[in-house]
Amino acid sequence: MNWEAVVFWAMATLVLVPAFAIVFSRNIVHMAFWLLGTLMGVSGLYLLLGADFLGMTQIFVYIGGINVLLLFGIMLTRSEPVYVRRLAKRPKLAPGLIIGAFTAFTLVSALLGAGWRNVPGEPTETAGILGAFLLSEYILPFEIISVLLLVVLIGAAYIARRGSREGAE
Amino acid sequence: MGNMLTDIGLGHYLIVSGILFTLGLVVVMTRRNAIGVLMGLEMLLNAAGINFVAFNRFSAPERLDGQIFVIFIIILAAAEAATALALVLNIFHRISSIHVDEARAMKG
Repeated sequence: MNWEAVVFWAMATLVLVPAFAIVFSRNIVHMAFWLLGTLMGVSGLYLLLGADFLGMTQIFVYIGGINVLLLFGIMLTRSEPVYVRRLAKRPKLAPGLIIGAFTAFTLVSALLGAGWRNVPGEPTETAGILGAFLLSEYILPFEIISVLLLVVLIGAAYIARRGSREGAE
Repeated sequence: MGNMLTDIGLGHYLIVSGILFTLGLVVVMTRRNAIGVLMGLEMLLNAAGINFVAFNRFSAPERLDGQIFVIFIIILAAAEAATALALVLNIFHRISSIHVDEARAMKG
């Protein structure tokens, strides 16, 4: 077994086992920590595919940013002690799992039957090329998304203010 | 069979991402907690990202357009998480719950 296959199967396990655990977990905090595993596995897959800059960005933004944000959200919206809240009520999984099985079957059969071009390219250095792309060909989306981030920054701070629309109701 | 195990091709990545997408979809459909739904969304976006990078590597390795798209996906996911959490906090202050079934003030 070559090293690529070993790393691939390790990363696929790291992605999918926590993902299954998220589906069957009843505790929202456990879900957030399982999500950490999935995100790290995806980052590993990016690195394995030769996307070194993306793998690192994934770790910084998802694990350092989004997951911490989710944990803060859980912490700030918890009104009762963790163990009281709806531990008895399992989420109704059956309809979701049926639809999920159907989706998985459709996706996998479509993907396997398609016959894509399947020749791995040589991994290159990516950070410099991506930077040049962002400042030449993709300059317009780059600028638009920077404005979007500014809007999100201001908008999120405004929306999350406590009682910002107290009189409206 | 040993061939499938050791020769990692495009299909392997696509299947991993397909399963991840499906699980994310199941999470989005079955959770009643708004933050749980958000986590499902993150899984969906990650599955899409794996697809972009895998196709970039195996089908069009001459350019890195797929990776650019994943950068935009990551930025949009961060923006979406921030906005959605702000909304969740606001809903929590109004109705003291973040269960998606209970925010029904606008239900017709």
